[in-house]
Amino acid sequence: MTLTTPLPTGRPMREIFGETVAELAAEDPRIYMLDGDVGSSTRADIFEKAHPDRYLQMGIAEQNMLGVAAGMATMGLVPFISTFVSFAVVRPLDQIRVLIAQPRLNVKITPSYAGLFTGQTGMSHIIVDDLAIMRSLPNMVCVAPADHVEARLALRWAAGYDGPCYVRLGRDATAQLFDDDHRFELGRALWIREGRDVTLVSTGAQTTRTVEAAELLAAEGISAGVLHVATVKPLDVEALVAAAERTDHVVTVEEHTILGGLGGAVAEVLSEHRPTRIHRIGLRDVDVESGPNAELLDLYGLSSERVAEQVRALVRA
Amino acid sequence: MTTAIGAAPPDLGHLREMARRIRVEVIRSVNHARAGHIGGPLSAADILAVLYFHVLRIRPDHPAWPDRDRFILSKGHSSIGLYAAMALRGYFPVEELLTFDAARSRLQGHPDMTRLPGLDMSTGSLGMGISAAMGIALGARLTGRDVRAFVMLGDGECQEGEVWEAAMSAPRYGLDNLIAIVDANRLQQYGWPGDGPDGRIPPQREGELAAKWAAFGWRVLEVDGHDVGELVRILGQAVAGDGRPCVVIAHTVKGKGVSFMEGHYFWHTRAIKPEELSAAMAELGEPPPDVGGPATTEAGR
Repeated sequence: MTLTTPLPTGRPMREIFGETVAELAAEDPRIYMLDGDVGSSTRADIFEKAHPDRYLQMGIAEQNMLGVAAGMATMGLVPFISTFVSFAVVRPLDQIRVLIAQPRLNVKITPSYAGLFTGQTGMSHIIVDDLAIMRSLPNMVCVAPADHVEARLALRWAAGYDGPCYVRLGRDATAQLFDDDHRFELGRALWIREGRDVTLVSTGAQTTRTVEAAELLAAEGISAGVLHVATVKPLDVEALVAAAERTDHVVTVEEHTILGGLGGAVAEVLSEHRPTRIHRIGLRDVDVESGPNAELLDLYGLSSERVAEQVRALVRA
Repeated sequence: MTTAIGAAPPDLGHLREMARRIRVEVIRSVNHARAGHIGGPLSAADILAVLYFHVLRIRPDHPAWPDRDRFILSKGHSSIGLYAAMALRGYFPVEELLTFDAARSRLQGHPDMTRLPGLDMSTGSLGMGISAAMGIALGARLTGRDVRAFVMLGDGECQEGEVWEAAMSAPRYGLDNLIAIVDANRLQQYGWPGDGPDGRIPPQREGELAAKWAAFGWRVLEVDGHDVGELVRILGQAVAGDGRPCVVIAHTVKGKGVSFMEGHYFWHTRAIKPEELSAAMAELGEPPPDVGGPATTEAGR
């Protein structure tokens, strides 16, 4: 694909969430929205306006909400969960584990406010280990779309899938990477650009900044490929092995801790299938703090410039 | 066995016999597995017998029947009591109870809905079953099905915060097809120290549970959880909805049916000695056990 960088600004994934699930509900009477009292933030309110009788306020009680979703799923309904990533993953984790993941129930865990962009809320609302946690659960599919185009496709895919899945959505508008003709295929990683010197493996909205980093590197004569992994589980092993064969350096880049997320997953797969030296860019073992988006990206080394800087140091070492 | 029996007039003698058989199979299976819980299944036996042989509209030969009533054992550690009731009701052979807790068994230590048809939810982490039951009751309403969701909790389990999240939420949806039964056996695994039996005190104060559920907007009924006639009567009232979810607080005795197990927290889970097995079976009116031998069958009763 051809890209012009910097990439154009896209739409917030959370708006896409409200709109897309409303569209899906118009097509599928089994779909309901369960909201943990943040519908005005996650934009479940868009769904509520379209389908007031299928919007179910569950109050500030996430453990019960996930349990109710499990029970509804056994009755043939398809509940989508509206809350923040921080409150969807860890607080009701035991409910997800016992009532949803293990019994493979058809619940769509679709929170927004992923990663660092949480509206300057700080450490309680910024969760950077959600992918590590969710991908460790049995039967749980984990998808982290790059932009609003892919978010819409991932949500449509989730509605048609019979089983538990986690779709990690963002709060704020980030760059738009994909055109309207983009296709989402579960378990397929996508080459955004080819590169000879280094392969950058990225996921979620971070992929847009990773692509921009690759452009910055190209201007300096470093040829960096970008492999976008929208499906963190199941992983595209073939594409990762191909990446390791193509370039000497494999670098994972994620708006997430380097412990157990994309970097961990790639390290697991390549250590088994094609032992490779892997460098992981992401949050180190740090406690996070609040701040404007751009400042946080800079602070944690995830802005386009900071990613380029780290990759440059690695390639030239 | 293919039709719901909820409407049939109850044969109290049969219900008592089924409760006795549940207790026998609990003791036999736990002894055989050398694992599992005892006190809780014994306190729940009469309730399970009344549910599975009178109240629930179920088809054991069609466990996935969409319009069946659902039952969730939120106090999942009493699984062997539920399995015994299901086996006696015809879901699977009574002999299979001896596979309880074995590797690759359908009868897992805690109920696993992916393994055993007829289980309406996996449980084991306490406090969760009531949320799932609420989802079922809500789902039944939303899909226009006349399905009732029953869930059994322990009184110790009512210390879990999630129970009260569900208790707050369910009345908002007017779910009078949701019936919670608290097996209030007045003991938990270990409990707070105090001047009660064996130096432990009950999970709640006298009257505390009824007051709390009522305060959360539930219809509250109380019953002697070992009086099958009263259980039939009170559960009959519980299913006659008035727009509110209903909780039945069943006052029970942990370890009920075996004198030396009754009222002692340490029979929550414990290996049974051979002489205790003989004594327990004798109290339950069973012939002396052939330790580890095959279970008696429904046909041989």
